[in-house]
Amino acid sequence: MSDTVTFAKAAAEAGTDSQVAIVVSRSSISERVLSIVIPVLMVILAIGAWQAHIVINEVPRYIMPAPLDVVTALWTDWGTLSPSLLVTLRITFLALGIALVGGVGLAIILVQSRWIELALFPFAVILQVTPMIAIAPLLIIYMPDTQSALLTCAFVVAFFPILSNMVAGLKSVDHNLLNLFELYGASRWQTLVHLKLPSSLPYFAAGLRIGGGLSLIAAVVAEFAAGSAGKGAGLAFRLLESGYRLNYPRLYAALVLLMVTGVAIFALTSLISWVLLHRWHESALKREN
Amino acid sequence: MRTVVSMRNVSKLFSNGTLALKDMSLDVRRGEFLSLLGPSGCGKSTALRIIAGLGAPSSGTIDWPSSQISKKGLPEGDVGFVFQEPTLMPWQNVWGNVYLPLRLRGVSKKDADPAIMEVLTSVGLADFTKSYPRELSGGMKMRVSIARALVTKPKLLLMDEPFAALDEITRQKLNDDVLRLWRETGITVIFVTHSVFESAFLSNRIVVMRARPGQVYADLPLVTSAVRDEHYRTSEEYRATTDTVSRALQEAIMRGAQGK
Repeated sequence: MSDTVTFAKAAAEAGTDSQVAIVVSRSSISERVLSIVIPVLMVILAIGAWQAHIVINEVPRYIMPAPLDVVTALWTDWGTLSPSLLVTLRITFLALGIALVGGVGLAIILVQSRWIELALFPFAVILQVTPMIAIAPLLIIYMPDTQSALLTCAFVVAFFPILSNMVAGLKSVDHNLLNLFELYGASRWQTLVHLKLPSSLPYFAAGLRIGGGLSLIAAVVAEFAAGSAGKGAGLAFRLLESGYRLNYPRLYAALVLLMVTGVAIFALTSLISWVLLHRWHESALKREN
Repeated sequence: MRTVVSMRNVSKLFSNGTLALKDMSLDVRRGEFLSLLGPSGCGKSTALRIIAGLGAPSSGTIDWPSSQISKKGLPEGDVGFVFQEPTLMPWQNVWGNVYLPLRLRGVSKKDADPAIMEVLTSVGLADFTKSYPRELSGGMKMRVSIARALVTKPKLLLMDEPFAALDEITRQKLNDDVLRLWRETGITVIFVTHSVFESAFLSNRIVVMRARPGQVYADLPLVTSAVRDEHYRTSEEYRATTDTVSRALQEAIMRGAQGK
C-alpha cells in the first residue's frame, strides 16, 4: 500500500510520465508450484520407465543397469567414487578460479591499449582454437605431474570465454558515462572500479556460466586423453575403468555424479549471475507486461 | 558582473574535417541563465563540451577568471553537466548515482549523505533514494541527473538539450524546476536547446548560433521583470520575445545556408 502512496506523490511531483513507474508482476502460487512439479514429475517418470524397461525386458546388467542398480552402486562404491569426485571437483573449480582471475585480469590489461591487445590476442586465440584433446598428451610430458596437466587443460578451455566476454564488456561502456567520469576528473583506477567493471558485470556473468560448464567438461576430457590412475584418479578414470571391467552400474554411478556436478555448477553460476544482476540488468528481469 | 567563463576565438576542427566552431567568443557572467540556441549541427553542443573540458579546442582559449584551475585546466568542482540522456549508472540506485561526483572526490558515504538528501529533496525525489534507474520514468531519471550535477554545489551548470526527449508536460514541469533552482541557488546556467520557446521561457540571455561553421550570430539580452510561471507562458511579453528570437534564429539559418 505504501508503494501506491509514494507513487501518487511522485506523480504529483514529477510530471505525467512518472506514473508509468514500477508495476511488479507476480505469477500466481499455483503457477509457481506447477513450474517445479512438472519437471520433477517428468524426470521421475523417465526413471520409472527406464526401470520398467530393464525389468520387463530382462536386460542383463552388463548391458544396461537399472536405476536401482545405479543407486546401489553409488552406495556400495562410494568409497571408490568419492575420492575421484573430489579430484574432479578440485580440478574443475581450481581451473575455473584461475580462469576467472586470469581472464578478468588479462582483459583489463588488454583494454588499456590497442598495442597490448594486438600483441597478446593472437596467443589467446591460438590457445582457444587448438583442440585441447590434441595437446593434452603433450601437457602430460611438459607438466611436472598429471594433476597440473589436467588443471592446465581445464584452465585453457574455461579461460577464453571469460576473457573474450570481459574484453567485450570493458569496451562497451556507455560513452556518456565515460564523459561524465572524465568531467569529474576520475582517475584511471576510479573509472575502472566504479564504471568499467560494474558495467561489464553482465558480460562477466555470461563468461562465468560458459566457463563453469566448460571447465568440468574439460577436466573430464583431459583425463580421458591424459589418462591417470591410482590415488589421483578422477571420475573420468573411474568411467574408463568400470567400462573395461563391464561394471556398468558403477560406470552409470560415476556418470550420475558428473551430471549432478554439472547441474550444480550451472545452478551456482546462475545464482551468482542473478545476485549480480537482478536489481538492474534486463537479462535478469521479468518483462513488466 | 564578474565573468565565470570566457571563450576566446575558439575553433574546433574534428578529425573527419568538419569545422564545428570557428572563432567563437563568449563571456558568461555570473548568475546568468544563458541559452545557446541554434539549428542542429551549429556546434552548440560542441561549445558546451569544450567549456566542460570534454575535448580540447583546436585553437583559442577557455578562461576561468574566478576559479581554481586543476591540472587538467578544468575549474575544481565548479562545473555540473547534464547530458541529453540521463546517463545514470543502471547498477546504482538513485542515492548511489547522485553520490558519484562526491565519491570520486573521496567523500565518505556518511559525510555525503546530507548533501545528497538536500539535493534530492530539491528535485522532489527524496522518497526514491533506493530506486534503480530502470524503475523510474524519463522525467524522474532527468531529475536524478540534475541532482547529480548539483550535488557538488557548482558555480556553473551546463545543460545539453536535457529535456529534448521528454513529453511536453514533463518538460514544462522540469523547466519550472530548473528556473526555481536557478533562482534559489544563484547558479550560472548555460542551457543548450533548439527550442525557441524553451529558451525564451528560461533565459535572461539568448545566444543564437549559426551553422557551418558554428559561430555566434546574435546575442540577445532579455530583461524581464515578469515572474516566469504559467501566466508568463501566455503573456504578450513572452510572445514578443519568442517573435524576436524566432526571427534571429531564422536569419541565422539563412546565413548559415548562404555561407555554405
